Amino acid sequence: MSRLPTGGRIDRAAPVPFTWDGRALSGFAGDTLASALLANGIRVIGRSFKYHRPRGLYGAGVEEPNAIVDLAWGDRHDPNARATLVDLLPGMAARGINAWPNVRHDAHGLIDLAHAFLPSGFYYKTFKSPSWQRWEPMIRRMAGLGTLRPTADTRHFDTRHAQVDVLVIGGGAAGLAAARAAAASGLSVMLADDRPHWGGLLGWHDGTIADRPAADWIADTVAGLGAATLLPRTTAFGYYDHNTVGLLERRATAASGWAEERLWSVRAREIILATGAIERPLVFPQNDRPGVMSTDAVLHYLRVHAVLPGSRIVVATNNDTAIAAALALQAAGAEVIIADARAPGPALRQAADHGIRIHPASVPVGTGGRHGLRWVDIAPRANLAARERIPADLLAVSGGWSPAVHLFSQSGGKLRWDDAEAAFLPGEPRPHQHLAGAVAGDAALAEALAAGHRAGTQAAAALGRSVALPAPRAEPAAPATPIAPLWFVPLKNTRQWIDLQNDVTLDDVALAARENYASVEHLKRYTTLGMANDQGKTSNINGLAALAAFTGRAIPDVGTTTFRPPFVPISLGAMAGLRHGKLYAPVKHLPAHDDHLAAGADMREYGGWLRPACYLRPGETPAAAIQREATAARASLGLFDGSSLGKIEVQGRDAAAFLNLLFYNEVANLKPGRLRYCLILKETGIVYDDGVVARLADDRYLLSPSSSHTAGVLALLEAWHQTEYPHMDVAFHDVTAAWATFAVCGLNARALLTALGTDIDLADAALPHMGLAHGTLAGHPIRIARVSFTGERSYEISIPASRGAALWRHLLDLGQSDAATPYGIETLSVLRAEKGYILIGTDTDGMTLPADLGMPGPLRAKKVDFVGKRSLLAPDALRPDRRQFVGLLPDDPAYIPPPGTHAIETADGARRSLGWITSACHSPALGRSIALGMIEAGRARIGETVQLFHLGHITTARLTAPCHLDPEGDRLNG
Amino acid sequence: MLLIPCPWCGPRDEPEFVFGGEPAVRPIPASEVSDETCATYLYARSNEKGFHRELWCHSGGCGQWFLLERDTLTHVIHRSLKPGEPA
Repeated sequence: MSRLPTGGRIDRAAPVPFTWDGRALSGFAGDTLASALLANGIRVIGRSFKYHRPRGLYGAGVEEPNAIVDLAWGDRHDPNARATLVDLLPGMAARGINAWPNVRHDAHGLIDLAHAFLPSGFYYKTFKSPSWQRWEPMIRRMAGLGTLRPTADTRHFDTRHAQVDVLVIGGGAAGLAAARAAAASGLSVMLADDRPHWGGLLGWHDGTIADRPAADWIADTVAGLGAATLLPRTTAFGYYDHNTVGLLERRATAASGWAEERLWSVRAREIILATGAIERPLVFPQNDRPGVMSTDAVLHYLRVHAVLPGSRIVVATNNDTAIAAALALQAAGAEVIIADARAPGPALRQAADHGIRIHPASVPVGTGGRHGLRWVDIAPRANLAARERIPADLLAVSGGWSPAVHLFSQSGGKLRWDDAEAAFLPGEPRPHQHLAGAVAGDAALAEALAAGHRAGTQAAAALGRSVALPAPRAEPAAPATPIAPLWFVPLKNTRQWIDLQNDVTLDDVALAARENYASVEHLKRYTTLGMANDQGKTSNINGLAALAAFTGRAIPDVGTTTFRPPFVPISLGAMAGLRHGKLYAPVKHLPAHDDHLAAGADMREYGGWLRPACYLRPGETPAAAIQREATAARASLGLFDGSSLGKIEVQGRDAAAFLNLLFYNEVANLKPGRLRYCLILKETGIVYDDGVVARLADDRYLLSPSSSHTAGVLALLEAWHQTEYPHMDVAFHDVTAAWATFAVCGLNARALLTALGTDIDLADAALPHMGLAHGTLAGHPIRIARVSFTGERSYEISIPASRGAALWRHLLDLGQSDAATPYGIETLSVLRAEKGYILIGTDTDGMTLPADLGMPGPLRAKKVDFVGKRSLLAPDALRPDRRQFVGLLPDDPAYIPPPGTHAIETADGARRSLGWITSACHSPALGRSIALGMIEAGRARIGETVQLFHLGHITTARLTAPCHLDPEGDRLNG
Repeated sequence: MLLIPCPWCGPRDEPEFVFGGEPAVRPIPASEVSDETCATYLYARSNEKGFHRELWCHSGGCGQWFLLERDTLTHVIHRSLKPGEPA
């Protein structure tokens, strides 16, 4: 291997130092990591996935199966970087993966000796004794490629959305011609190509367009695209509904140099697919050695990076394109031998005229050289035993070209097999779609340009524009000798690789056929052919052709597997874009947020809000804080910030009738100034949310759904109104964020509110429990509701949110003499558990009905229709053995059973679950543990003792009513 | 990503919408609805292959529910209808 002294798109004045497996090497600006490794003579760059065989570079683009490396640069790290797509930067540190201690000497290479025991599906066959579970951990540890670093990913990902008239995917000859035509019509054009330079294959193949070197035509065409959006280094990876295309741009940002990724979501009115074709390898014995490369990739490295990857090169081919490459390699100074599977045609004879040794009608039948190719055996197809050994350090293979029909197929396009081309070609284009170039079978330059121009013109015409530009011209190529399909070499007892990345061989395909995995989809899953991160770009066609041969079918009858996005691997970071960390799910802050922080609040996220779990005094643990707060709230005065609780105003002449339809409970007979605790159900009868309904006036209600269900309840109200009851005069408004609400509870609650100095009459006669009053405080409108979630005398005072923080401070201030104690959600959770009040989603689940919670009343009493009513009459809803909400007192007062603990009964040695604990905690009021749960026929079993089962540990508890404290409710009026 | 024509706002991207399933007439009164009718209303869907009528809500826009006629096989959208608009 050597770097040529001249040529290539590299800057010899800008050397780029980097390391490979710790060795200091150097490349040039313009190199990829792959070309730099190649130039430095690095032949073994990885170990194959299953057999740990030494592997070298095969290709030059997204189709590369072998060159997956660990790449570090500064604090950036990619555990599975594809070397062919990495622009070389100073200081990059690349390492081989899937090997120990390194890829040159991998201890796991011994596995290859046991390859006979590791065919496809070996885990179902070989490792069955004593059981697969015994071997699985070891095998799983060895599977996989790169190693993740457990540090945060500092890469920057970005997302863009765009709408464009014409999207051209592919910037080679056909794509450029198409974009040129479409842009000339005045339409908005976006052009994307996955390489850094425009022109596609013209970047390393000779070409003359309009009597000028192709490079000049390319530069002029790109410059002439005007306002078009140009996206080099951008891979279109998915073709989605209604002409939406996903693209991944690898941007070389000036500041960092590292290609950060940007995900594009583009909707185009017309899409032109000029995605080209991918060269197939030949399948022959020992075809996976380092030093076996795609012929077109070799030409790419020669022309683009001035790297000659071998000095004695065998070119094995079944088509004409490789012969032109062979001539170029000879001109660069290599000794070249061609083994052509066909009878000699004009191209091969021309090569012989140039002094290249030719072997017509011959194929490779073996290779040698473990850490790099040393020889190739060639034999005539007519007599495969007549092997001739040719010393060589590079074997460039070409089995033909497979049109890159992935995006076409994703869009729903059907493929047709063309025998003459030995390729799957696209059938009819989909609506608003055009195809041009090698993807459609027009690989020759003149045809690609004409087809591209035609596609661009047709796209413009579809959008009502005309194109006045003439098509770009090129000389038609001399007729090529047809390809001779050579799917594998018919030699027994040989190992011929089909999928390099997943280590799938010809024998695996034969095995699949023998075991009747005859469908191409079964072949894929059974052998894992095409399932690696190269997604079979160099193996799918060879694999299904082999399957066709083994099952005696024609290739089109075998067909291809379903094409699915993404065409190339997309990092999850690119999918997330900026939506991570704090931006992933921004939390809402309470109006008194800063005051809570200042008071030592332990803030946690609840239902999208950041709320105090409890308030920590210096040195206090959360558990201790919760006990202190709960005790203080009952003993004297507790203050709670309930501003996140939902508030939905419902107004209209039909507000009462509508809410009566939506709620389980009767709400139409609620008097203005009164509150009622209600459930809202789904049509299945299942409890969706609970909350307090307040009637403010004849035509006005205020609902308070739980914080996490506010949006859902509002959506429910809107949906029912719009779709089922549009004739009802009612409107809804979410005012949750407009009001700050604080709960004041305890023996001194009324005293505190009196001291506040509102104009509201707080006497029990004027404001009874479950009552509501309006008034003002220092000129601001306020509401005071008398409602309790703690079981103590409790008031909720609401003020416009902008005054919230000030009111909170004022309440704390005024309450100092009564030892006002702010308490958090975790404390509230203990206080309400002592009272047996439910928490939706904690004590209820997706099957809970109102009767399960001990609220059967409205079903009997409420005369009018309501959402869920009919479902509550279904047989399953009336079963006597339904799980019911009860309390539990563990026999061990110190034991707090974790939620999820099952109550069990044992019959005939078999355990059966009777239900489970939904809430549990230490009760400061009772000085012991308490629990709540949903237990089968629970209410009838109150007083009984049940067994509790948790992770193998069995205890006992007594079933009680849910309310553990003050069941008469005297404290509400205390 | 579908391009859905909201009857009020015009064509918008699919993520702006919430899918609401097939429209169904709510069977009432509860006392006269059989178990089969109730179960069918709650759970059975026609799920046609081809022309399909379905409810969508433009939750990321005007918040309105409307009816969409979409081909479930080809995603061709025929039209959208406001509630109450004659079919």
